[in-house]
Amino acid sequence: MPWRLLKFAMSDRHPEPRMFTPHGQLKSSYDVVIIGAGGHGLASAYYLARDHGITNVAVIEQGYIGGGNTGRNTTIIRSNYLTPEGVKFYDESVRLWQDLSTDFDLNLFYSTRGHFTLAHTDASMRTMRWRAEVNKHYGIDSELVYPDFIQKAVPSMDMSCAGHAPILGALYHAPGAIARHDAVAWGYGRGADMRGVEIHQQTRVLDILTQCGRVTGVKTSRGDIACGKVLCAVAGSTPRILKMLGLRSPIYIHPLQAMVSEPMKQWLDPILVSGSLHVYISQTARGELVMGASLDPYELHSTRSTLDFTESLSAHMVEMLPQLSQAKVVRQWAGMADMTPDFAPIMGKTPVEGFYLDAGWGTWGFKATPVSGKTMSYTVANDRAHPLIEGFAFDRFERYALTGEKGAASVGH
Amino acid sequence: MKIMTCPINGPRLISEFAYWGECKTMPDPAASTDAQWADYVFNKSGAPGIKHEWWCHTPSNTWFIAVRDTMSDVIEKTFLYGQQ
Repeated sequence: MPWRLLKFAMSDRHPEPRMFTPHGQLKSSYDVVIIGAGGHGLASAYYLARDHGITNVAVIEQGYIGGGNTGRNTTIIRSNYLTPEGVKFYDESVRLWQDLSTDFDLNLFYSTRGHFTLAHTDASMRTMRWRAEVNKHYGIDSELVYPDFIQKAVPSMDMSCAGHAPILGALYHAPGAIARHDAVAWGYGRGADMRGVEIHQQTRVLDILTQCGRVTGVKTSRGDIACGKVLCAVAGSTPRILKMLGLRSPIYIHPLQAMVSEPMKQWLDPILVSGSLHVYISQTARGELVMGASLDPYELHSTRSTLDFTESLSAHMVEMLPQLSQAKVVRQWAGMADMTPDFAPIMGKTPVEGFYLDAGWGTWGFKATPVSGKTMSYTVANDRAHPLIEGFAFDRFERYALTGEKGAASVGH
Repeated sequence: MKIMTCPINGPRLISEFAYWGECKTMPDPAASTDAQWADYVFNKSGAPGIKHEWWCHTPSNTWFIAVRDTMSDVIEKTFLYGQQ
């Protein structure tokens, strides 16, 4: 028996090492209140404390840490986007990802796998070529590859996809990776916590208090807090918060569902995405296949899952990978995706002074966790949008200056 | 599967229907400012609630309005445009 364990057993006190400091009451005021203890909110808190020295911060969360879309996504990390704004932004994120495990002293299971976006039509081959060229221009490892290369990477794939959607090629992005999503929230949360940030779970926002167009505080289910700055990072609940401030936005909420298979021996190294078949799939460190498809077809503020989703995703999956016909699905779930018309996020300042928004993350938010935290903390600290997020401004719609990223969405939503 | 009632064809599977978004009133394009037009084109009442929405029963191409709770997904009623 290890000596430490014996000593622990014989001790009178059993000090339980806690991941997070428990806090009783909310203080009456903070410099910054962050709504939402998901990856984005906690990353913003972490960088506010670490890089900007702002530690009088409360992160308030209606549920529990990482229980929203941070814990509901399919954990894919990539930077092969379509617009220069998108490519530069996500590339910075991928760079940040690679050092996080060391930063946190916590294993994120960050695993570089290579990412194939399969093309089944001439039109999608054209988009892949376009994306590859934009990516290469910005120094990102991204290229167009042909069926022989793909077949070599995944020998068991049916390259004709049951005969009706033959694979003509793919955009191959070697740095494409997966990571353990819960650990990301925990790592950022603990890092922020250690620097003095308070994380309050089970605390719901009831209203945002303003005076003459300026934020003055937040009314919560556990009392009122005074603060000069509020950062809202609540994904699917964004429209509800914006309604409290009377702000209108183009964000609309559709559920996005996902499921995992039983664990199996490692056989799938790369991440596969097919826009035409509405499928993305990767294999986790413990052998489960994580699978997702496109958005549910209509607005719904709920995380219910449906049998139709499992059926149609499984059907497409078996067309691509016929050997999965006997594999069992063990879990399915849904998250509320906050979509924007141009498939790019909405980040930065808003018409309400002191209210900062990190939203519109729809189906592409997990991979942006580190860079969102970094750029939003800069924006909050300096009251000025970080240069990397200027293309994602709240007012771009009324200026008709959209940042069209739909072509780089993982599947055709 | 979820069932929706088409005002012409009666109760059908939800997969036979296409969602076309919330009913909005178009401002006069000639008289509205760029900002008003952008608000009409882009902005939505994103928060959950009971909303009037355009739906289409695709096999029969029947366009109609559904009153639906976007939180619970309960469809309160469906009717053809101009009826109630």
